[in-house]
Amino acid sequence: MNAQKPRPKYYDLNLAHLPAAGLLSIFHRVSGALLFFPILPGLLYMLHLGLGSDEGYARVAAFAAHPVVKLAFLGIVWLYAHHFFAGIRYLLLDVHVGIAKAPSRSSAIAVFVLGVVATLLIGWRLW
Amino acid sequence: MAPVVTRYMKSPVGAHYGLGDWLLQRLTAIVMLAYTLAFGACVLMHAPSSYADWKTIFAGGFVRVGTMLFFISLLYHAWIGMRDILMDYVHATGLRLALEMAVALALLFYLVWSASILWGR
Repeated sequence: MNAQKPRPKYYDLNLAHLPAAGLLSIFHRVSGALLFFPILPGLLYMLHLGLGSDEGYARVAAFAAHPVVKLAFLGIVWLYAHHFFAGIRYLLLDVHVGIAKAPSRSSAIAVFVLGVVATLLIGWRLW
Repeated sequence: MAPVVTRYMKSPVGAHYGLGDWLLQRLTAIVMLAYTLAFGACVLMHAPSSYADWKTIFAGGFVRVGTMLFFISLLYHAWIGMRDILMDYVHATGLRLALEMAVALALLFYLVWSASILWGR
């Protein structure tokens, strides 16, 4: 009997070595997981307080006015925007739009750019 | 002519519930996409700046139902996504089951919570 050869393993965990579409994919996962926890319960709690009573709203407003919190909000907006645009890209890929190598690469880069641009626009509008 | 023998063959690729979830992940994404654009445009156009403003926005039945639909989509979408992540990275069955239960319970809790936020008062 021939001995089982060990399967070759290739784990290149350096994100910088991933092609743009691969980087987009892992960011889609990470942003999705972070949106589920801790962002979703956090925002639900703020909605709960903010819609619950006048003083609750005042507490949320005071909290949200803090510069560090504003910066954190911008981070949340970026995660949401990135997940949003990456999701649209996946929906288009599902119906075979831009599925070839070159356009899928440029659309992945476009998603990164759009996510940042949308975040900056919303940030500019909020300040 | 040789008789045609047909034999029942069990499908080798599982229960197929994956396909339904895959489709629902997309459908819920489209619901959230529409809500995000509509709600985002409303809030960015004339920014609500007081408790009364926010109260007025969420007093409308249309906004309440739309927001609830958004939350339901979000929670189902999050369930599929988190389940996929857990299936990919947590290989110990017991631990994965426990984590999946925790996610499902959290999501059910958020479902009731969001309904009570929108209609409770």
